[in-house]
Amino acid sequence: MKHHSQPLKDISPLIGPNGAGKTTLFSIISGFIKASGGAVRYAGEDITGEPPHRLARRGIARTFQIVQPFVGLSVRENILVGAHLHHRTRSAALAVADQIGHDVGLGEFLNRPADTLTVAGRKRLELARALATGPKVLLLDEVLAGLNPSEVRDIVPVIRDLCRRGITILMIEHVMQAVMSLAEHVFVLAEGRIIAQGPPAQVVADPVVVEAYLGHGAAAKLGTSYGR
Amino acid sequence: MLSPTILIPAILNGLLIGAIYALVALGLTLIYGVLHIINFAHGALLSAALFAAFFAFRLLGLDPYVAVVLLAPLFFALGYGLQRFIIGPASHGDERNMLLVTLGIAVIIENTLLYVFRADTRTIDVPYAFQTIDVGSTFLAVSRVVGFVAAFAVALALWLVMTFTDTGRAIRAVAKEKLGAELAGINVAHVYAVTFGLGTACVAIAACLLIPSYYVNPTVGDAFVLVAFTIVVLGGMGSVPGALVGALLIGVAESLSGLFLGESLGQIGIFLIFIVVLLVRPSGLFGARA
Amino acid sequence: MKALIPTAAVLAVLAAVPLVVHSNVTLNFLVVALMIALAGQGWNILGGYGGQYSFGHAAFFGTGAYVTASLQVRYGINAWIGFAAGIAAGAVLGAVLGALTFRSGLRGSYFALVTLAFAEVLRIIASVAPITGAGVGTLIKLDLGIRNLQFQSRAAFYWIILALVGVSLVTAQLIERSRFGIWLIAVRENEDAAKALGVNVNGVKLAAMVMSAAITAAAGCFYAQYFLFVDSGIAYGTWISIQALLTPIIGGVGTVFGPLLGALVVKSLGEAAKLLTGDAPGLDLIIYGAVLVLVIWFTPRGLIGGLTQARKLLMRRSGPAAPSAGEARHG
Repeated sequence: MKHHSQPLKDISPLIGPNGAGKTTLFSIISGFIKASGGAVRYAGEDITGEPPHRLARRGIARTFQIVQPFVGLSVRENILVGAHLHHRTRSAALAVADQIGHDVGLGEFLNRPADTLTVAGRKRLELARALATGPKVLLLDEVLAGLNPSEVRDIVPVIRDLCRRGITILMIEHVMQAVMSLAEHVFVLAEGRIIAQGPPAQVVADPVVVEAYLGHGAAAKLGTSYGR
Repeated sequence: MLSPTILIPAILNGLLIGAIYALVALGLTLIYGVLHIINFAHGALLSAALFAAFFAFRLLGLDPYVAVVLLAPLFFALGYGLQRFIIGPASHGDERNMLLVTLGIAVIIENTLLYVFRADTRTIDVPYAFQTIDVGSTFLAVSRVVGFVAAFAVALALWLVMTFTDTGRAIRAVAKEKLGAELAGINVAHVYAVTFGLGTACVAIAACLLIPSYYVNPTVGDAFVLVAFTIVVLGGMGSVPGALVGALLIGVAESLSGLFLGESLGQIGIFLIFIVVLLVRPSGLFGARA
Repeated sequence: MKALIPTAAVLAVLAAVPLVVHSNVTLNFLVVALMIALAGQGWNILGGYGGQYSFGHAAFFGTGAYVTASLQVRYGINAWIGFAAGIAAGAVLGAVLGALTFRSGLRGSYFALVTLAFAEVLRIIASVAPITGAGVGTLIKLDLGIRNLQFQSRAAFYWIILALVGVSLVTAQLIERSRFGIWLIAVRENEDAAKALGVNVNGVKLAAMVMSAAITAAAGCFYAQYFLFVDSGIAYGTWISIQALLTPIIGGVGTVFGPLLGALVVKSLGEAAKLLTGDAPGLDLIIYGAVLVLVIWFTPRGLIGGLTQARKLLMRRSGPAAPSAGEARHG
């Protein structure tokens, strides 16, 4: 993959057609997959190949495309796992877990088993768990996938709020309405490299981007100005 | 010690016994490839099959090579029933539960054999038990040679079934993509049960091939099956050629290490290979990356 | 430490038993049941809380037994020190086994297989190695006295094993309430998710394995002192591997009292079977196998899990604040 250095703005969506390597990129950054070459740098240090748990301690957290709640535990206990990263005692961690549970809107479900949540609830739980680890950088992998428009509308403010806490967010997303409304700066990935970046409206009109999604010659067919 | 006159028979005998191991391993790898579980009951089923072959001879006067025709379908049905009506329902689809249930069944079968038949070792006397074939530099036991040929015949038959029959295709489909197969209308519970039945039938055939030259007691199956586990892991879980090649390799390895280290320590050799393979390359020689 | 009250209560009740029960047969039964419970408590830490199912916990039991016995018989070492050494040996073995297997990423079926193989290797070695007495086994000389950890009265043995079980109960309780405990449970539920949340999965598993091994080894050390004889089949046989996993599963995996409850139930069943059909080899294990299958089938969370579920169901049906099914689904 081409070397890229990225000064992160607060929320940076990463879009691109399927197979572009977006989740792979996340997995490499978060230590789940080994890169075949190149390096990952964070805050001036080389963190390539560090295992996920150590990266989490550094402040890099990620959510998964297919939600993975701890099924046998309650919602509160799920968040507790994350909270314990920086809080040793049960009482301190519980306080953090409860607070974050409320912040993401799961307050009334804290005692429920995690597997009784709907998809939207589970997405919030993924967020809450990652948040509880006190991250500085949060990698959100298609956190809006599978949500209907009203659920998307409800969760976007939660994500925007994370930014206000000073967390840098890198999000893989296909849901364009969210991308457009959340971000000032978008990255487009195709076939393992960044092919475009910039303000959302500009990027989606870029013929290179259109061709990446729709195929060779599509930009010409559709005309260069695309997307209202 | 290293002279050809000693080595060659050891290697040949290793190949022959390896073929029997292959039959046991085939059943195991088939079950793993499709159900994705390690069948801990395999050893106990082998012991049970040996007892069945023993009594087929003693009570019904059936030569083991004839008894096969009776026992293979019988044990197929047993395996089918076990998976369809006990293991499947009891596990609720959870892999950890399946491990425990097959372990429980193993304990039940083995200890029932122990309770009913005690721990005494029995053997049968067939007229050809001591017949040998002259292969130039050495003599090979007829029963072992028959076993060798039969094992390959069974492997071939299995391959034919898997490749050309509808059932075989269904099994391969479920092994590759269970959900998709289900959506295409395949009855997964039935396929699982058929696979288990086939694996158990392999064990029954192996028992009939073994019994002329081996002995019977409730724990024999365990010893065999640990070797079979080693083979399956070495050859790659779910890989049929892996099981065959691995079995022959292990057969030869066991024969040679028995030659150099003696009986009981030879067994350790197998286990150590097993542990090392598991730690270093769990996907085996032919298997996909785990 | 309010949470330790149930444990203290249970221990107090159990400790009082020898004061009212004087039958040696019953005391013997209870001693053995508690020993099995201890082995199960050990298994439960790695298997119940951690979700790593070992099929070869005999490896630790047997090592504890042999080290305790051998140190006394061959080197004249004091029984109490031998006991402690046996536990330490078990812990070291656990560390080695854990380091090897977890570093290789072995899980599920593979992990069960490797532990099974390990126990078998040890059994074979013990059956031929001179240091363990090979086929003949190791016999500890009968020499009553507190210095030799040998007692005339069963009650003394009973209290010792009860104390060990007590330690294991408190350990489980502390684990449940600690950061380590929630991390261990997270590893059981979903390793990748746990990693992403900062849990050092291999480290946690290793620590659990060491604790688990030490506790089960203690049960082995006790066996050696109580029965004064160890051989390869006793030390490393499948009988103890099976019972070490059976008792937590029946009683309730991942609970504090599960293994204890499971051991009492399992042993009672075994005794009942013997009374009904006579003492024949293999009968008790048949029953254990059947119970294992039945428990997994109908109450996979064991007796305690079943009780908890029943209680939750009752609460949900009768509680005024209980949400309706529709509400419960809203996320």
